[in-house]
Amino acid sequence: MNSLDSLYQQIILEESKARRGGDLPNHHLDATHLPANVGQCHQLNPVCGDEITLRVETAGDLVSGIHWSGDGCSISMASASILSDMVVGLDRDGVQSLIDSFREVMRSRGKLEADEEVLGDAAALSGVSKFPARVKCAMLAWVAAEDALNQTR
Amino acid sequence: MTGTASHENNAPLTDTEVLRIRNDFPILDQDVNGQPLVYLDSGATSQNPQSVMEAEQEFYEQRNAAVHRGAHTLAVHATDAFEDARATVAAFIGADENELVWTQNATAGLNLIAYSFGNASIGQVSEAAKKFALGIGDEVLVTEMEHHANLIPWQELCRRTGATLRFIPIHDDGTLDMAAAAELINARTKVLSFTHVSNVTGVINPVAELVGMAHRAGSLVVLDACQSAPHLPVDVKALDVDFAVFSGHKMLGPTGIGGVYGRAELLDAMPPFLTGGSMITTVTMTEAGYLPAPQRFEAGTQPISQAVALAAAANYLRETGMERIHAWEAELGQRLVRGLEGIQGIRVLGPASGIPRAGLAAFEVEGVHAHDVGQFLDAAGIAVRVGHHCAQPLHRRLGLNSSTRASAYLYNTTADVDAFLAAVAGVRAYFGVEGA
Repeated sequence: MNSLDSLYQQIILEESKARRGGDLPNHHLDATHLPANVGQCHQLNPVCGDEITLRVETAGDLVSGIHWSGDGCSISMASASILSDMVVGLDRDGVQSLIDSFREVMRSRGKLEADEEVLGDAAALSGVSKFPARVKCAMLAWVAAEDALNQTR
Repeated sequence: MTGTASHENNAPLTDTEVLRIRNDFPILDQDVNGQPLVYLDSGATSQNPQSVMEAEQEFYEQRNAAVHRGAHTLAVHATDAFEDARATVAAFIGADENELVWTQNATAGLNLIAYSFGNASIGQVSEAAKKFALGIGDEVLVTEMEHHANLIPWQELCRRTGATLRFIPIHDDGTLDMAAAAELINARTKVLSFTHVSNVTGVINPVAELVGMAHRAGSLVVLDACQSAPHLPVDVKALDVDFAVFSGHKMLGPTGIGGVYGRAELLDAMPPFLTGGSMITTVTMTEAGYLPAPQRFEAGTQPISQAVALAAAANYLRETGMERIHAWEAELGQRLVRGLEGIQGIRVLGPASGIPRAGLAAFEVEGVHAHDVGQFLDAAGIAVRVGHHCAQPLHRRLGLNSSTRASAYLYNTTADVDAFLAAVAGVRAYFGVEGA
């Protein structure tokens, strides 16, 4: 696999079109007056204009829902889609440790091998870590999710 | 490279000549990702010819010293080199040497102008400086196609002074709405600041017409020549602008140097922006007198070696011939647009083929984000710019967040353009959106 193909694996191209969780309606983009169990975060990559508004809903200690609205490159959109599929049903600590593992791989400049046992489909994004200019694209939804989750009680 | 007849002087470069020119640019002779580099990002930053790098090295090896201070021999040599460089670059844009102020780049130049106007607007200022003062009821006018560098300094100036910022809208094809301009340029307009050439659409604005309207209304005119000075003959006196800015790194020079042109009587009347050493006459503990321009605007140690190198760049461009460069890039621009128009799912921003534009083309690939387009092209060794190109309002106006831009220069061949077009033709299939 050449490095471009390792970046754009089939699953990435498919997920970027599937946009799972990408159903946050426009009238929900305003994050004021959210209930205590809901957190929301807007992230923008000013370099390329990738943008996401991501909402996390919790029930007790568990993530019960994730919804986002965004526009960006295939890496950022696929990453949001994969994230959305993975975190529902996890508890807070589980989500945080998943985000930490993903961030560690992304920041490794291609040195860390992604553990599929831990990262699941997100392991397919590990090729991004060899392209420093694209790491922020892959991290966009994850940073938003981390912040949104921290807002909830 | 001195032509003999005028028609030869103004004829476009040829591929054969460009191949010779490329020998002067060592960086272009390399493989990127296993493919020969095709550099089509000169709108962002240009490459340096050997003579520019040699000029900088020679300065450091032979003449480096602080300028305009110290009586030792090296200081004299360095000062001569620095001021000769100013004369060379000033002549390149048709200015007198006391009318060229060195800055870090065009962005710094626009900030210098805007902040100096701001300084004329507050506190006690000289009678002469009052012509630059802005306040409530005054208007600063820009266009909808501006680079952020020619927008945000004016937003900030208006915020500080209470003046109102307005903009001349564009048509769908990226050209300026001149009917709207005629309405918007009026007695309230104190400053009209606009780009000579759009860094996104390649539109070349009608400078003479705009300057005429602005001057009849009593407005000062600032020209952003960042995308024109490197690519076409620019004569600030003939254009009759009051101020102009440009960046050295976009015109074969090093980073860290650019210039502000200002009409001599304006520069000498304008309050300084940065203050400190080298720009003063008498200093007491309570006040200071200021030198005339250009020193008035050059506080602190200046980018000396960069100025020397930029002069070498100006000489390289002059010897090649700005008319010839412009004509060549106009051909490359048309080749880019024609080629892109022939690829399914591509939308070119700005004028269609056949209509004059600079040697650049920004475009949207339907169904594929610009960042992905750029990554795909990079894998083929092709360097382009992706994103909003520091022109978010223009992209929003054209219904986009981002685009991909190929921008050519005197060292690009038709083969570069063709390699780029062949690669673009494969983008949608790679990302699985062909026919979608």
